[in-house]
Amino acid sequence: MFALIRSRVMARSRFAGAIPGSKVCTPGASALLRHYHKPSRTASFKTLTKDDLEHFKGILPAETILATPAVGGSSDPIELEGFNADWLNKYRGNSQLVLRPKTTQEVSDILKYCNAQGIAVVPQGGNTGLVGGSVPVHDEVILSLRNMSRVRNYDELSGVLVCDAGCVLEELGNYVGERDHIMPLDLGAKGSCHIGGNVATNAGGIRFLRYGSLHGSVLGLEVVLPDGTILDNLSTLRKDNTGYDLKQLFIGSEGSLGVITGVSVITPQRSSAVNVTVLGVTSYENVQRAFALARKRCGEILSAYEFWDATCMGAVLHHQSLKNPLSAEFPFYVLIETSGSNKDHDDEKMGGLLEELLEEGIVEDGALAQDDSQIARMWTMREGIPESLAKTGATYKYDVSIPIPVLYDIVGDIAKRLESAQLYKPGESGFPVKLVCGYGHIGDGNLHLNIVAEKFEDRVTNIFEPYVYEWVKSHRGSISAEHGVGLMKRDHLEYSKSPEMLAYMKRMKEVFDPKGILNPYKVV
Amino acid sequence: MSSLRILVGVKRVVDSAVKVRVNSAQTGVETANVKHSMNPFDEIAVEEAIRLREKHGKDVVQEIIAVSCGPAKAQETLRTALAMGADRAIHVKTDDNLEPLSVAKLLSKIIGEEKPSLVILGKQAIDDDSNQTGQMLAGLLNWPQATFASKVDIKDGALEVVREVDGGLETVSSSLPAVVTTDLRLNEPRYASLPNIMKAKKKPLKTVSPADLGVDIRSRLQTLRVTEPAKRQGGKIVASVDELLDKLRNEAKVL
Repeated sequence: MFALIRSRVMARSRFAGAIPGSKVCTPGASALLRHYHKPSRTASFKTLTKDDLEHFKGILPAETILATPAVGGSSDPIELEGFNADWLNKYRGNSQLVLRPKTTQEVSDILKYCNAQGIAVVPQGGNTGLVGGSVPVHDEVILSLRNMSRVRNYDELSGVLVCDAGCVLEELGNYVGERDHIMPLDLGAKGSCHIGGNVATNAGGIRFLRYGSLHGSVLGLEVVLPDGTILDNLSTLRKDNTGYDLKQLFIGSEGSLGVITGVSVITPQRSSAVNVTVLGVTSYENVQRAFALARKRCGEILSAYEFWDATCMGAVLHHQSLKNPLSAEFPFYVLIETSGSNKDHDDEKMGGLLEELLEEGIVEDGALAQDDSQIARMWTMREGIPESLAKTGATYKYDVSIPIPVLYDIVGDIAKRLESAQLYKPGESGFPVKLVCGYGHIGDGNLHLNIVAEKFEDRVTNIFEPYVYEWVKSHRGSISAEHGVGLMKRDHLEYSKSPEMLAYMKRMKEVFDPKGILNPYKVV
Repeated sequence: MSSLRILVGVKRVVDSAVKVRVNSAQTGVETANVKHSMNPFDEIAVEEAIRLREKHGKDVVQEIIAVSCGPAKAQETLRTALAMGADRAIHVKTDDNLEPLSVAKLLSKIIGEEKPSLVILGKQAIDDDSNQTGQMLAGLLNWPQATFASKVDIKDGALEVVREVDGGLETVSSSLPAVVTTDLRLNEPRYASLPNIMKAKKKPLKTVSPADLGVDIRSRLQTLRVTEPAKRQGGKIVASVDELLDKLRNEAKVL
C-alpha cells in the first residue's frame, strides 16, 4: 500500500482551491515522503467496520461519504489522498473514511456516534496547516467541513459576518469586499483555508498588525462537542460579559476540544487608500529602525510590516517569475502597507516616511506601487515565499516569536551549525541542505525560519531540533507564534509553557473530550 | 544622431483591477471613491520613452515631457510619470468631459509649442477603449503614425516600429517626427523607485487651460445610456442526447 501511494504521490498547491485530490506536481515529490515519528495507535480506538459505514450511510447523503473497500465502500484510496496528506507532504495518515456533512446537525450526529463507539475523528478544513494538525495520524475518520460553506448573515452597518465554518477565506474576502469591508485576517493560504480552520488555529497573518488576533475579532462560535452536544454561542454582540467566555477556549484549540461549525466575526471597513512599498535594507538593524520610524510617522494607518531576506527573494522571484522592483539585490527586504480613508493624507504621510528613511540612510532603495496590479505583485513577493520554497525542496518550517532585536540571529545560527556539520554551504549545490532563510511578520515579532533540504531526514533534523526550541526558550519566546501545535510540536510545549499550565490544558481536554476521540495524538 | 524630444500622453483612469459598476443614472461608470491610476498602455508609453533614452543616451533623447488632460487629480498621474523618469510635465486642466478629438486638438497645440520629434501614446484608454486619439493626432499634425507598437527603435534619425496586426507582425519605418501608440507587449513598465520619487518632487509641472491653448473642447457626442452586459446564465447538464437536441431546438433555437 505504501509503495502504491508513493508512486502516485503529488504535492498539493496551496492555491489549487478546495477541490479534493486536485494537486500540483512538486519535483522529487516521492523523495519528500513524510519523515516524522508517529505516535503508536491508541489501542482503545475502534477500527471501522462495515456496520459503521452503514450507520453513516443512514445519517448522511451518499455523495458526502468517501469510503474505501477496506471499510466496505467503493472509493479508490487515491480519492482520499488529498485528505490524508498535508500541504507540505510531510504528514500522512491512512484514513479509510471521509465524511463531508452539510449541516451542523449532521456533524452532531456523526460525533455522537463516534463518541459512543470510541471512533477517533480528525476535523479538517482547508488542510493548509503546517504542523500536521489537520490530517490523520493513523486511521481516524476525517470529518471535512468543506460542504458547510454558506454565509448565514451579513450586516453591513456593524460589519458582523455570520457564516459556516467551511467558507474559504478568500471567498469571504470577496463577499465582504463587494460590501466595502475586509476580513480581519489575511494569509497566503487564503485561496484554500477555511474560516473555521483559521479560528481553530487562531491564525495570524499579514493583517494582524492592524486588526489584531481572532480572539478579539471573533464575536461568537457554534461548536459541536465530541459527544455531539451543539454549543450555540453564535452571538453578534460586541460586548457581552455574562460568565466565562467559553469561545476563547475553542479559538486556537486546533480541533481538539470541539468542531467549529459556525463563526460570527467582525469585519473592518475597507480602506479606499492603500499604499504599498518594498524597500531594500542593508542590515537587520536597519529593518528594526525602519519599523520604529514607520510606527512614528504612519502608525495610525500602518496595516502591514513584513520582511524577508535575500535567499527568500531569490526563490520567490525565480518561482513566481517576478522582476526585482529595486535596482540591486539587498540582504533584507521590507514591505510596508498603509491603509486609510483619505488618499491625499496617506500619500503625504507615506511620502514623508519614505523621504526620511532615505535621508537617514536607513533604507538604500525602494519602490512605491503606482496601481493595484503593482500592489498585488509586491504582495506576491512576500506571500509567494512559502510556495516558492516548497517548490525548491523539502521545507522544514519553524514559526517562532522572539524579541525583535535578536529575531534574525537564529537564522545565521542555524546556518552555521549546518555548515559545521558539513550539511550545507550557502550558494552551493550538492549538499543535503539547499537553503536556510528567514521571513515573517516582524511587526509582530514573528519569524518564519525555513530550512529547505533535499528530503526530510533525521541527520538534518537533529541539527536544529531541539536546538531551535532551546534557543527560543532561552529568550522566553514561543516555539509556535501562529502555526499552532498540531502533531509537530505536541511534545515540545514545555519549551514555552510551564508544567502547571500544561497540566491544566490536559484537564480542559478531559472536560470536553473524556474519551479523547477528537483529533487525538495532537496539541496536548 | 541628432537630438530629439519625446512627448508622452498619459491619462488617469479607473484602476484596471477595480470591478466597475454602472452608476444609478446609467450615464456612466461609478468613479467616486474608486481607485484610479495611470492607464496601463500609457505606463508602457512612458517606459518606452525612458528606455529609448537609456539606449541612445541623454545627448540623443534630450527631454521627455509627460502631458495629461483632465481635472486636478490628473496631476497624480503626471507625478507617476515623473517618478518613472520623465523630465517635466504639462497639465491641461479641465473638469469637462473630454473626447478623443478634443484631446488630439489639445495635444497638437502643445506639440506646436514644445516641438517634440516623437509622440508616444497608449493605444487606447481602458475606460472608453476608443483607440482614436493617436490616429486623430497624427491626422491633425499630418505626421506619420505607427500604431499597436510591440517594438520601437530609432535608427539614423528614422523610426522603425513593429506593429501587432491581425495577421501577425508588421514592421514599418518612417521619418521623424511621428506618432506611435503602444500595445501590451511593447515592454514591462518599471516601478517608481524611491530616489526617483524624491527627484520627481522637484521636476517642473506646468498647468494650462484649454482656453489658453485656444481649443474648443465641446462634446460632439452624447451618451444615451450605459448598461451592464446581460448576466451570464447558469449552464445545465443534460441526461441524454435526445434532451440535448430538444434544448438546442426549442430553447436555444439554434437548430
